[in-house]
Amino acid sequence: MIEIKGLTKSFEDKPVLQGVDLTIGTGESIVIIGRSGCGKSVLLKLLIGLLTPDSGQIIIDGSDITSLKESELYKVRHKFGVLFQGAALFDSMTVRENVSLGLTEHTDLSPDRIAEISDEKLRQVGLPDIQDLKPAELSGGMKKRVGLARAIAMNPQYVLYDEPTTGLDPIMADIINELVIRLNDELDVTTIAVTHDMVSAYKVADRIVMLHRGVILFDGTPEEVKNTDNEVVRQFIEGRAEGPIKPVPIGGVSLGNHRSG
Amino acid sequence: MRKAITRLGAVTYRFFNEAGEIFSLLGKILFFSKKLIEDRALLFEQMIAIGYNSLPIVLMVGAFTGAVSAWQTNYQIEGYVPVRFLGLATYKAVVIELGPVLTALILAGRIGSSIAAELGTMKVTEQIDALESLAINSVRYLAVPRFFAGLFMMPILVIFADFIAVLGAFLVAQLFLGIPPQIFFSEIPTYFHVHDIMAGLYKATMFGAIISLIGCYIGFATTGGAEGVGKATIRSFVLSAILILIADYLMATLLF
Ligand SMILES: Nc1ncnc2c1ncn2[C@@H]1O[C@H](COP(=O)(O)OP(=O)(O)OP(=O)(O)O)[C@@H](O)[C@H]1O
Ligand SMILES: [Mg+2]
Repeated sequence: MIEIKGLTKSFEDKPVLQGVDLTIGTGESIVIIGRSGCGKSVLLKLLIGLLTPDSGQIIIDGSDITSLKESELYKVRHKFGVLFQGAALFDSMTVRENVSLGLTEHTDLSPDRIAEISDEKLRQVGLPDIQDLKPAELSGGMKKRVGLARAIAMNPQYVLYDEPTTGLDPIMADIINELVIRLNDELDVTTIAVTHDMVSAYKVADRIVMLHRGVILFDGTPEEVKNTDNEVVRQFIEGRAEGPIKPVPIGGVSLGNHRSG
Repeated sequence: MRKAITRLGAVTYRFFNEAGEIFSLLGKILFFSKKLIEDRALLFEQMIAIGYNSLPIVLMVGAFTGAVSAWQTNYQIEGYVPVRFLGLATYKAVVIELGPVLTALILAGRIGSSIAAELGTMKVTEQIDALESLAINSVRYLAVPRFFAGLFMMPILVIFADFIAVLGAFLVAQLFLGIPPQIFFSEIPTYFHVHDIMAGLYKATMFGAIISLIGCYIGFATTGGAEGVGKATIRSFVLSAILILIADYLMATLLF
Protein backbone atom coordinates (compact mmCIF):
# COMPACT_ATOMS: atom_id res chain seq x y z
CA MET A 1 0.00 0.00 0.00
CA ILE A 2 1.17 3.51 -0.79
CA GLU A 3 0.08 6.48 1.29
CA ILE A 4 0.96 9.96 0.11
CA LYS A 5 0.37 12.67 2.69
CA GLY A 6 0.63 16.43 2.21
CA LEU A 7 3.23 16.11 -0.53
CA THR A 8 4.69 19.37 -1.84
CA LYS A 9 7.39 19.99 -4.40
CA SER A 10 8.53 23.13 -6.14
CA PHE A 11 11.36 23.90 -8.52
CA GLU A 12 13.13 27.23 -7.93
CA ASP A 13 10.07 28.86 -6.34
CA LYS A 14 7.79 27.41 -9.00
CA PRO A 15 5.26 25.30 -7.10
CA VAL A 16 4.35 22.03 -8.81
CA LEU A 17 2.76 19.86 -6.13
CA GLN A 18 1.01 21.75 -3.34
CA GLY A 19 -0.24 19.17 -0.90
CA VAL A 20 -1.08 15.90 -2.61
CA ASP A 21 -2.94 13.33 -0.49
CA LEU A 22 -3.51 9.95 -2.07
CA THR A 23 -3.79 6.38 -0.86
CA ILE A 24 -3.23 3.53 -3.30
CA GLY A 25 -4.25 0.09 -2.15
CA THR A 26 -2.39 -3.09 -3.02
CA GLY A 27 -3.60 -4.62 -6.28
CA GLU A 28 -5.40 -1.45 -7.27
CA SER A 29 -5.18 0.01 -10.74
CA ILE A 30 -5.11 3.76 -10.51
CA VAL A 31 -4.80 6.23 -13.35
CA ILE A 32 -3.64 9.78 -12.75
CA ILE A 33 -4.85 12.29 -15.30
CA GLY A 34 -4.04 15.95 -15.59
CA ARG A 35 -2.85 18.59 -17.96
CA SER A 36 0.60 18.66 -19.44
CA GLY A 37 3.01 20.16 -16.94
CA CYS A 38 0.77 19.67 -13.90
CA GLY A 39 3.36 17.47 -12.22
CA LYS A 40 2.37 13.90 -13.05
CA SER A 41 5.87 12.77 -13.94
CA VAL A 42 7.21 14.63 -10.92
CA LEU A 43 4.76 12.71 -8.70
CA LEU A 44 5.95 9.37 -10.11
CA LYS A 45 9.60 10.33 -9.59
CA LEU A 46 8.87 11.32 -6.00
CA LEU A 47 7.30 7.89 -5.42
CA ILE A 48 10.58 6.09 -6.03
CA GLY A 49 12.81 8.72 -4.49
CA LEU A 50 14.31 10.06 -7.72
CA LEU A 51 13.27 13.48 -6.45
CA THR A 52 12.97 14.52 -2.83
CA PRO A 53 9.83 16.37 -1.73
CA ASP A 54 9.90 19.74 0.02
CA SER A 55 7.48 18.41 2.61
CA GLY A 56 5.06 15.56 3.13
CA GLN A 57 5.33 11.81 3.46
CA ILE A 58 5.37 8.89 1.05
CA ILE A 59 4.71 5.70 2.97
CA ILE A 60 5.31 2.53 0.99
CA ASP A 61 4.25 -0.67 2.75
CA GLY A 62 4.71 1.04 6.09
CA SER A 63 8.04 2.78 5.58
CA ASP A 64 8.31 6.47 4.85
CA ILE A 65 10.75 6.72 1.95
CA THR A 66 11.34 10.44 2.52
CA SER A 67 13.33 9.59 5.65
CA LEU A 68 15.08 6.42 4.51
CA LYS A 69 18.82 5.94 4.23
CA GLU A 70 20.07 5.55 0.67
CA SER A 71 20.70 1.82 0.97
CA GLU A 72 17.17 1.25 2.29
CA LEU A 73 15.70 3.39 -0.45
CA TYR A 74 17.34 1.10 -3.02
CA LYS A 75 15.64 -1.88 -1.37
CA VAL A 76 12.27 -0.17 -1.70
CA ARG A 77 12.99 0.48 -5.38
CA HIS A 78 13.21 -3.26 -5.96
CA LYS A 79 9.45 -3.33 -5.47
CA PHE A 80 8.95 -0.98 -8.39
CA GLY A 81 9.08 -1.21 -12.14
CA VAL A 82 8.98 2.06 -14.01
CA LEU A 83 8.11 2.82 -17.61
CA PHE A 84 9.45 6.29 -18.32
CA GLN A 85 7.68 8.82 -20.51
CA GLY A 86 10.39 8.75 -23.17
CA ALA A 87 11.15 5.04 -22.53
CA ALA A 88 14.66 6.05 -21.36
CA LEU A 89 16.34 2.99 -22.85
CA PHE A 90 20.10 2.76 -22.33
CA ASP A 91 21.29 3.57 -25.82
CA SER A 92 24.71 2.00 -25.45
CA MET A 93 23.08 -1.40 -24.83
CA THR A 94 21.11 -3.82 -26.97
CA VAL A 95 17.44 -4.42 -26.32
CA ARG A 96 18.16 -7.63 -24.46
CA GLU A 97 20.83 -5.98 -22.31
CA ASN A 98 18.35 -3.24 -21.48
CA VAL A 99 15.72 -5.70 -20.34
CA SER A 100 18.14 -7.89 -18.42
CA LEU A 101 20.21 -5.22 -16.66
CA GLY A 102 18.27 -5.43 -13.40
CA LEU A 103 18.57 -9.22 -13.35
CA THR A 104 22.27 -9.10 -14.17
CA GLU A 105 22.92 -6.62 -11.39
CA HIS A 106 20.71 -8.01 -8.66
CA THR A 107 20.45 -11.76 -9.10
CA ASP A 108 22.81 -14.71 -9.34
CA LEU A 109 20.98 -16.27 -12.26
CA SER A 110 23.09 -17.67 -15.09
CA PRO A 111 23.47 -15.52 -18.22
CA ASP A 112 21.45 -18.09 -20.19
CA ARG A 113 18.59 -17.98 -17.71
CA ILE A 114 18.66 -14.17 -17.71
CA ALA A 115 18.53 -14.09 -21.52
CA GLU A 116 15.61 -16.52 -21.39
CA ILE A 117 13.68 -14.35 -18.93
CA SER A 118 14.28 -11.17 -20.88
CA ASP A 119 13.26 -12.80 -24.16
CA GLU A 120 10.10 -14.01 -22.43
CA LYS A 121 9.34 -10.45 -21.25
CA LEU A 122 9.94 -9.16 -24.76
CA ARG A 123 7.51 -11.75 -26.11
CA GLN A 124 4.93 -10.55 -23.59
CA VAL A 125 5.13 -7.03 -25.00
CA GLY A 126 4.89 -8.36 -28.55
CA LEU A 127 8.52 -7.91 -29.59
CA PRO A 128 9.99 -11.37 -29.96
CA ASP A 129 12.70 -10.83 -32.56
CA ILE A 130 14.54 -7.65 -31.75
CA GLN A 131 16.82 -8.68 -28.87
CA ASP A 132 20.02 -7.71 -30.62
CA LEU A 133 18.97 -4.32 -31.95
CA LYS A 134 20.06 -1.05 -30.38
CA PRO A 135 17.43 1.45 -29.16
CA ALA A 136 18.33 3.85 -31.97
CA GLU A 137 17.03 1.27 -34.47
CA LEU A 138 13.56 1.10 -32.89
CA SER A 139 10.40 3.11 -33.53
CA GLY A 140 8.96 5.18 -30.69
CA GLY A 141 6.29 2.60 -29.96
CA MET A 142 8.80 -0.24 -29.92
CA LYS A 143 10.95 1.70 -27.46
CA LYS A 144 7.94 2.11 -25.18
CA ARG A 145 7.33 -1.61 -25.22
CA VAL A 146 10.98 -2.46 -24.57
CA GLY A 147 10.81 0.02 -21.67
CA LEU A 148 7.80 -1.86 -20.40
CA ALA A 149 9.58 -5.21 -20.73
CA ARG A 150 12.46 -3.75 -18.72
CA ALA A 151 10.06 -2.42 -16.09
CA ILE A 152 8.50 -5.83 -15.49
CA ALA A 153 11.67 -7.90 -15.81
CA MET A 154 12.15 -8.23 -12.06
CA ASN A 155 8.47 -9.02 -11.35
CA PRO A 156 7.81 -5.82 -9.40
CA GLN A 157 4.91 -5.35 -6.98
CA TYR A 158 4.21 -1.87 -8.22
CA VAL A 159 4.45 -0.77 -11.83
CA LEU A 160 4.52 2.92 -12.64
CA TYR A 161 3.59 3.81 -16.19
CA ASP A 162 4.31 7.31 -17.45
CA GLU A 163 2.04 7.69 -20.47
CA PRO A 164 2.28 4.09 -21.66
CA THR A 165 0.16 4.60 -24.77
CA THR A 166 1.28 8.02 -25.96
CA GLY A 167 2.81 7.80 -29.41
CA LEU A 168 1.41 4.36 -30.21
CA ASP A 169 -1.13 3.58 -32.89
CA PRO A 170 -4.61 2.75 -31.51
CA ILE A 171 -4.18 -0.98 -31.99
CA MET A 172 -0.83 -1.10 -30.27
CA ALA A 173 -2.19 1.20 -27.55
CA ASP A 174 -4.92 -1.35 -26.93
CA ILE A 175 -2.40 -4.19 -26.79
CA ILE A 176 -0.50 -2.25 -24.13
CA ASN A 177 -3.73 -1.57 -22.24
CA GLU A 178 -4.51 -5.28 -22.28
CA LEU A 179 -1.03 -6.03 -21.06
CA VAL A 180 -1.33 -3.56 -18.20
CA ILE A 181 -4.64 -5.11 -17.19
CA ARG A 182 -3.27 -8.63 -17.42
CA LEU A 183 -0.25 -7.80 -15.26
CA ASN A 184 -2.58 -6.21 -12.76
CA ASP A 185 -4.99 -9.16 -12.69
CA GLU A 186 -2.74 -12.17 -13.05
CA LEU A 187 0.36 -11.12 -11.18
CA ASP A 188 -1.40 -8.98 -8.58
CA VAL A 189 0.65 -5.99 -9.56
CA THR A 190 -0.41 -2.59 -8.30
CA THR A 191 -0.74 -0.31 -11.31
CA ILE A 192 -0.11 3.41 -11.18
CA ALA A 193 -0.43 4.96 -14.60
CA VAL A 194 -0.24 8.54 -15.76
CA THR A 195 -1.94 9.44 -18.99
CA HIS A 196 -3.81 11.99 -21.10
CA ASP A 197 -5.36 9.18 -23.10
CA MET A 198 -8.91 8.86 -21.75
CA VAL A 199 -9.63 5.71 -23.76
CA SER A 200 -6.74 4.05 -22.01
CA ALA A 201 -7.69 5.54 -18.64
CA TYR A 202 -11.25 4.19 -18.78
CA LYS A 203 -10.03 0.81 -19.88
CA VAL A 204 -7.23 0.31 -17.38
CA ALA A 205 -8.41 2.10 -14.27
CA ASP A 206 -10.30 0.89 -11.21
CA ARG A 207 -9.96 4.42 -10.04
CA ILE A 208 -9.12 7.71 -11.74
CA VAL A 209 -7.68 10.72 -9.96
CA MET A 210 -7.13 14.12 -11.49
CA LEU A 211 -4.15 16.23 -10.54
CA HIS A 212 -4.84 19.92 -11.00
CA ARG A 213 -3.01 22.99 -9.68
CA GLY A 214 -0.84 20.86 -7.45
CA VAL A 215 -3.58 18.94 -5.64
CA ILE A 216 -5.84 15.94 -6.24
CA LEU A 217 -8.97 17.59 -7.59
CA PHE A 218 -11.00 14.48 -8.24
CA ASP A 219 -10.92 10.87 -7.11
CA GLY A 220 -13.43 8.28 -8.29
CA THR A 221 -14.26 5.27 -10.45
CA PRO A 222 -14.32 5.59 -14.25
CA GLU A 223 -18.15 5.66 -14.01
CA GLU A 224 -18.00 8.53 -11.54
CA VAL A 225 -15.63 10.42 -13.79
CA LYS A 226 -17.96 10.07 -16.75
CA ASN A 227 -20.90 11.36 -14.72
CA THR A 228 -19.20 14.08 -12.72
CA ASP A 229 -20.53 17.65 -12.47
CA ASN A 230 -17.08 19.00 -11.79
CA GLU A 231 -16.56 21.48 -14.62
CA VAL A 232 -12.76 21.20 -14.61
CA VAL A 233 -12.86 17.42 -14.89
CA ARG A 234 -15.58 17.58 -17.55
CA GLN A 235 -13.56 20.00 -19.62
CA PHE A 236 -10.48 17.79 -19.40
CA ILE A 237 -12.14 14.48 -20.25
CA GLU A 238 -14.12 16.00 -23.06
CA GLY A 239 -11.04 17.81 -24.33
CA ARG A 240 -12.60 21.24 -24.74
CA ALA A 241 -10.65 24.49 -25.08
CA GLU A 242 -13.47 26.43 -23.41
CA GLY A 243 -14.09 26.04 -19.71
CA PRO A 244 -12.67 26.80 -16.28
CA ILE A 245 -9.16 25.65 -17.31
CA LYS A 246 -7.65 28.50 -19.27
CA PRO A 247 -5.15 27.14 -21.74
CA VAL A 248 -2.17 29.38 -22.31
CA PRO A 249 -2.73 30.97 -25.71
CA ILE A 250 -0.08 30.09 -28.25
CA GLY A 251 2.09 33.17 -28.86
CA GLY A 252 -0.37 35.47 -30.64
CA VAL A 253 -0.86 33.22 -33.65
CA SER A 254 -4.34 33.66 -35.00
CA LEU A 255 -5.81 31.52 -37.72
CA GLY A 256 -7.69 34.54 -39.17
CA ASN A 257 -4.42 36.20 -40.14
CA HIS A 258 -3.24 33.08 -41.89
CA ARG A 259 -6.38 32.84 -43.93
CA SER A 260 -6.37 36.46 -45.08
CA GLY A 261 -2.57 36.62 -45.48
CA MET B 1 29.00 49.34 -4.98
CA ARG B 2 26.33 47.39 -3.08
CA LYS B 3 25.50 45.68 -6.34
CA ALA B 4 29.12 44.72 -6.91
CA ILE B 5 29.34 43.25 -3.42
CA THR B 6 26.12 41.28 -3.87
CA ARG B 7 27.45 39.98 -7.17
CA LEU B 8 30.75 39.03 -5.64
CA GLY B 9 28.84 37.26 -2.88
CA ALA B 10 26.79 35.33 -5.40
CA VAL B 11 29.86 34.31 -7.39
CA THR B 12 31.70 33.23 -4.24
CA TYR B 13 28.66 31.31 -3.09
CA ARG B 14 28.40 29.54 -6.45
CA PHE B 15 32.09 28.73 -6.39
CA PHE B 16 32.00 27.11 -2.95
CA ASN B 17 28.72 25.41 -3.69
CA GLU B 18 30.14 23.87 -6.85
CA ALA B 19 33.40 22.91 -5.18
CA GLY B 20 31.37 21.25 -2.44
CA GLU B 21 29.39 19.25 -4.97
CA ILE B 22 32.52 18.13 -6.79
CA PHE B 23 34.05 16.92 -3.52
CA SER B 24 30.84 15.20 -2.57
CA LEU B 25 30.87 13.31 -5.89
CA LEU B 26 34.52 12.41 -5.28
CA GLY B 27 33.58 11.13 -1.82
CA LYS B 28 30.84 8.92 -3.26
CA ILE B 29 33.20 7.61 -5.95
CA LEU B 30 35.81 6.70 -3.36
CA PHE B 31 33.12 5.07 -1.22
CA PHE B 32 32.05 2.84 -4.10
CA SER B 33 35.62 2.09 -5.17
CA LYS B 34 35.43 -1.03 -2.99
CA LYS B 35 33.13 -2.46 -5.68
CA LEU B 36 35.77 -1.95 -8.36
CA ILE B 37 36.86 -5.60 -8.45
CA GLU B 38 33.24 -6.73 -8.77
CA ASP B 39 32.63 -4.17 -11.52
CA ARG B 40 35.89 -4.82 -13.37
CA ALA B 41 34.08 -5.45 -16.65
CA LEU B 42 32.79 -1.88 -16.57
CA LEU B 43 36.26 -0.62 -15.66
CA PHE B 44 37.95 -2.45 -18.54
CA GLU B 45 35.38 -1.15 -20.98
CA GLN B 46 36.19 2.40 -19.90
CA MET B 47 39.92 1.77 -19.88
CA ILE B 48 39.66 0.79 -23.53
CA ALA B 49 37.45 3.76 -24.36
CA ILE B 50 39.60 6.23 -22.45
CA GLY B 51 43.05 4.73 -22.82
CA TYR B 52 43.45 2.64 -25.91
CA ASN B 53 41.26 4.82 -28.13
CA SER B 54 43.19 7.94 -27.12
CA LEU B 55 46.52 6.46 -28.12
CA PRO B 56 46.70 7.90 -31.67
CA ILE B 57 46.15 11.50 -30.58
CA VAL B 58 48.47 11.07 -27.61
CA LEU B 59 51.26 9.76 -29.84
CA MET B 60 50.68 12.64 -32.22
CA VAL B 61 50.90 15.18 -29.41
CA GLY B 62 54.02 13.46 -28.11
CA ALA B 63 55.82 13.47 -31.44
CA PHE B 64 55.22 17.15 -32.10
CA THR B 65 55.96 18.19 -28.53
CA GLY B 66 59.33 16.50 -28.74
CA ALA B 67 60.13 17.82 -32.19
CA VAL B 68 59.25 21.41 -31.32
CA SER B 69 61.04 21.40 -28.00
CA ALA B 70 64.24 20.06 -29.57
CA TRP B 71 64.15 22.79 -32.19
CA GLN B 72 63.32 25.58 -29.72
CA THR B 73 65.77 24.44 -27.08
CA ASN B 74 68.50 24.29 -29.67
CA TYR B 75 67.72 27.89 -30.64
CA GLN B 76 67.70 29.04 -27.01
CA ILE B 77 70.91 27.38 -25.87
CA GLU B 78 72.90 27.94 -29.06
CA GLY B 79 76.10 29.74 -28.15
CA TYR B 80 75.56 29.59 -24.34
CA VAL B 81 75.31 25.93 -23.51
CA PRO B 82 77.21 23.07 -25.12
CA VAL B 83 75.06 21.22 -27.63
CA ARG B 84 75.52 17.92 -25.82
CA PHE B 85 73.03 19.22 -23.22
CA LEU B 86 70.26 19.53 -25.81
CA GLY B 87 69.05 15.96 -25.31
CA LEU B 88 69.03 16.33 -21.54
CA ALA B 89 67.17 19.64 -21.62
CA THR B 90 64.40 18.41 -23.93
CA TYR B 91 64.14 15.10 -22.09
CA LYS B 92 63.65 16.85 -18.73
CA ALA B 93 61.17 19.38 -20.09
CA VAL B 94 59.16 16.60 -21.69
CA VAL B 95 59.11 14.21 -18.76
CA ILE B 96 58.45 16.73 -16.01
CA GLU B 97 56.17 19.22 -17.67
CA LEU B 98 55.31 19.04 -21.36
CA GLY B 99 54.35 15.39 -21.58
CA PRO B 100 51.87 15.35 -18.68
CA VAL B 101 50.41 18.83 -19.19
CA LEU B 102 49.95 18.79 -22.96
CA THR B 103 48.60 15.24 -22.94
CA ALA B 104 46.20 16.19 -20.14
CA LEU B 105 44.97 19.31 -21.93
CA ILE B 106 44.33 17.37 -25.13
CA LEU B 107 42.59 14.59 -23.25
CA ALA B 108 40.48 17.08 -21.30
CA GLY B 109 39.04 17.85 -24.71
CA ARG B 110 38.82 14.30 -25.89
CA ILE B 111 37.91 12.27 -22.80
CA GLY B 112 36.49 14.83 -20.39
CA SER B 113 34.10 16.25 -22.96
CA SER B 114 33.00 12.84 -24.14
CA ILE B 115 32.26 11.72 -20.57
CA ALA B 116 30.30 14.93 -19.97
CA ALA B 117 28.38 14.53 -23.23
CA GLU B 118 27.60 10.87 -22.65
CA LEU B 119 26.45 11.25 -19.05
CA GLY B 120 24.73 14.53 -19.88
CA THR B 121 22.72 12.84 -22.63
CA MET B 122 21.83 10.03 -20.25
CA LYS B 123 20.71 12.62 -17.72
CA VAL B 124 18.46 14.63 -20.03
CA THR B 125 16.92 11.51 -21.60
CA GLU B 126 16.13 10.10 -18.13
CA GLN B 127 18.48 7.14 -18.60
CA ILE B 128 20.09 7.96 -15.27
CA ASP B 129 16.65 8.02 -13.63
CA ALA B 130 15.96 4.67 -15.29
CA LEU B 131 19.17 3.24 -13.88
CA GLU B 132 18.29 4.48 -10.41
CA SER B 133 14.77 3.09 -10.76
CA LEU B 134 16.36 -0.33 -11.30
CA ALA B 135 18.01 0.19 -7.90
CA ILE B 136 21.41 0.64 -9.56
CA ASN B 137 23.45 3.46 -8.10
CA SER B 138 24.41 5.76 -10.95
CA VAL B 139 27.64 6.91 -9.28
CA ARG B 140 28.75 3.33 -8.80
CA TYR B 141 27.70 2.20 -12.27
CA LEU B 142 28.75 5.21 -14.34
CA ALA B 143 31.16 7.45 -12.45
CA VAL B 144 33.38 4.93 -10.65
CA PRO B 145 34.60 3.06 -13.76
CA ARG B 146 35.17 6.32 -15.66
CA PHE B 147 37.01 7.94 -12.78
CA PHE B 148 39.39 5.06 -12.21
CA ALA B 149 39.89 4.43 -15.91
CA GLY B 150 41.00 8.07 -16.22
CA LEU B 151 43.22 7.80 -13.17
CA PHE B 152 44.89 4.55 -14.27
CA MET B 153 45.22 5.24 -17.98
CA MET B 154 46.56 8.78 -17.85
CA PRO B 155 50.04 7.89 -16.54
CA ILE B 156 50.26 5.06 -19.07
CA LEU B 157 49.34 7.41 -21.90
CA VAL B 158 51.88 9.93 -20.64
CA ILE B 159 54.61 7.29 -20.66
CA PHE B 160 53.81 6.71 -24.34
CA ALA B 161 53.75 10.44 -25.02
CA ASP B 162 57.07 10.97 -23.23
CA PHE B 163 58.71 8.16 -25.10
CA ILE B 164 57.53 9.34 -28.49
CA ALA B 165 58.42 12.92 -27.60
CA VAL B 166 62.01 12.04 -26.79
CA LEU B 167 62.16 10.02 -29.99
CA GLY B 168 60.74 12.98 -31.92
CA ALA B 169 63.29 15.31 -30.36
CA PHE B 170 66.05 12.91 -31.21
CA LEU B 171 64.93 12.64 -34.83
CA VAL B 172 64.83 16.44 -35.22
CA ALA B 173 68.27 16.71 -33.65
CA GLN B 174 69.64 13.99 -35.88
CA LEU B 175 68.01 14.95 -39.17
CA PHE B 176 67.82 18.74 -39.05
CA LEU B 177 70.33 19.88 -36.44
CA GLY B 178 73.07 17.40 -37.29
CA ILE B 179 73.51 16.11 -33.74
CA PRO B 180 74.48 12.43 -33.65
CA PRO B 181 72.88 10.05 -31.12
CA GLN B 182 75.93 9.60 -28.92
CA ILE B 183 75.99 13.39 -28.34
CA PHE B 184 72.21 13.77 -27.99
CA PHE B 185 71.92 11.14 -25.30
CA SER B 186 75.34 11.77 -23.71
CA GLU B 187 74.27 13.76 -20.63
CA ILE B 188 71.02 11.98 -19.86
CA PRO B 189 72.52 9.11 -17.79
CA THR B 190 74.51 11.53 -15.62
CA TYR B 191 71.50 13.63 -14.70
CA PHE B 192 68.90 10.90 -14.76
CA HIS B 193 66.67 11.03 -11.66
CA VAL B 194 63.85 8.56 -11.20
CA HIS B 195 62.16 11.35 -9.25
CA ASP B 196 61.69 13.40 -12.45
CA ILE B 197 59.83 10.59 -14.16
CA MET B 198 57.78 9.79 -11.08
CA ALA B 199 56.88 13.47 -10.60
CA GLY B 200 55.59 13.55 -14.17
CA LEU B 201 53.55 10.42 -13.56
CA TYR B 202 52.13 11.73 -10.27
CA LYS B 203 51.02 14.78 -12.16
CA ALA B 204 49.52 12.62 -14.89
CA THR B 205 47.56 10.58 -12.35
CA MET B 206 46.24 13.75 -10.77
CA PHE B 207 45.27 15.20 -14.16
CA GLY B 208 43.55 11.94 -15.14
CA ALA B 209 41.51 12.08 -11.95
CA ILE B 210 40.61 15.73 -12.57
CA ILE B 211 39.52 15.10 -16.17
CA SER B 212 37.24 12.18 -15.43
CA LEU B 213 35.88 13.61 -12.17
CA ILE B 214 34.94 16.90 -13.83
CA GLY B 215 33.50 15.08 -16.85
CA CYS B 216 31.27 13.01 -14.55
CA TYR B 217 30.31 15.97 -12.38
CA ILE B 218 29.32 18.14 -15.34
CA GLY B 219 27.53 15.21 -17.00
CA PHE B 220 25.41 14.45 -13.93
CA ALA B 221 24.58 18.14 -13.50
CA THR B 222 23.37 18.59 -17.10
CA THR B 223 19.91 20.02 -17.66
CA GLY B 224 18.12 21.44 -20.67
CA GLY B 225 18.10 18.94 -23.50
CA ALA B 226 20.51 18.83 -26.43
CA GLU B 227 21.52 22.45 -25.89
CA GLY B 228 22.39 21.64 -22.30
CA VAL B 229 24.55 18.73 -23.43
CA GLY B 230 26.44 21.02 -25.81
CA LYS B 231 27.10 23.49 -23.02
CA ALA B 232 28.16 20.67 -20.72
CA THR B 233 30.92 19.53 -23.07
CA ILE B 234 32.36 23.05 -23.23
CA ARG B 235 32.05 23.60 -19.50
CA SER B 236 33.73 20.31 -18.79
CA PHE B 237 36.70 21.18 -21.00
CA VAL B 238 37.13 24.70 -19.62
CA LEU B 239 36.80 23.67 -15.99
CA SER B 240 39.18 20.72 -16.25
CA ALA B 241 41.74 22.72 -18.25
CA ILE B 242 41.78 25.41 -15.54
CA LEU B 243 42.04 22.84 -12.77
CA ILE B 244 44.86 21.02 -14.60
CA LEU B 245 46.89 24.22 -14.83
CA ILE B 246 46.27 25.07 -11.16
CA ALA B 247 47.09 21.52 -10.07
CA ASP B 248 50.25 21.61 -12.20
CA TYR B 249 51.44 24.70 -10.39
CA LEU B 250 50.58 23.35 -6.94
CA MET B 251 52.25 20.02 -7.64
CA ALA B 252 55.35 21.73 -9.02
CA THR B 253 55.74 23.60 -5.73
CA LEU B 254 55.20 20.41 -3.75
CA LEU B 255 57.37 18.05 -5.80
CA PHE B 256 60.39 20.21 -6.53
N1 LIG C 1 14.05 18.54 -12.75
C1 LIG C 1 13.27 19.62 -12.91
N2 LIG C 1 13.75 20.86 -12.73
C2 LIG C 1 12.97 21.94 -12.85
N3 LIG C 1 11.67 21.91 -13.16
C3 LIG C 1 11.11 20.71 -13.37
C4 LIG C 1 11.87 19.50 -13.25
N4 LIG C 1 11.05 18.45 -13.49
C5 LIG C 1 9.84 18.99 -13.75
N5 LIG C 1 9.87 20.34 -13.67
C6 LIG C 1 8.72 21.23 -13.87
O1 LIG C 1 7.65 20.72 -13.13
C7 LIG C 1 6.44 20.84 -13.86
C8 LIG C 1 5.75 19.51 -13.93
O2 LIG C 1 6.48 18.66 -14.79
P1 LIG C 1 6.03 17.18 -15.12
O3 LIG C 1 7.10 16.63 -15.99
O4 LIG C 1 5.69 16.46 -13.89
O5 LIG C 1 4.72 17.42 -15.98
P2 LIG C 1 3.71 16.32 -16.49
O6 LIG C 1 2.45 16.50 -15.75
O7 LIG C 1 4.35 15.00 -16.47
O8 LIG C 1 3.50 16.82 -17.98
P3 LIG C 1 3.43 15.96 -19.33
O9 LIG C 1 2.06 15.39 -19.39
O10 LIG C 1 3.67 16.96 -20.40
O11 LIG C 1 4.49 14.93 -19.26
C9 LIG C 1 6.80 21.42 -15.20
O12 LIG C 1 6.46 22.77 -15.19
C10 LIG C 1 8.28 21.26 -15.31
O13 LIG C 1 8.82 22.36 -15.97
MG1 LIG D 1 5.16 13.77 -17.81
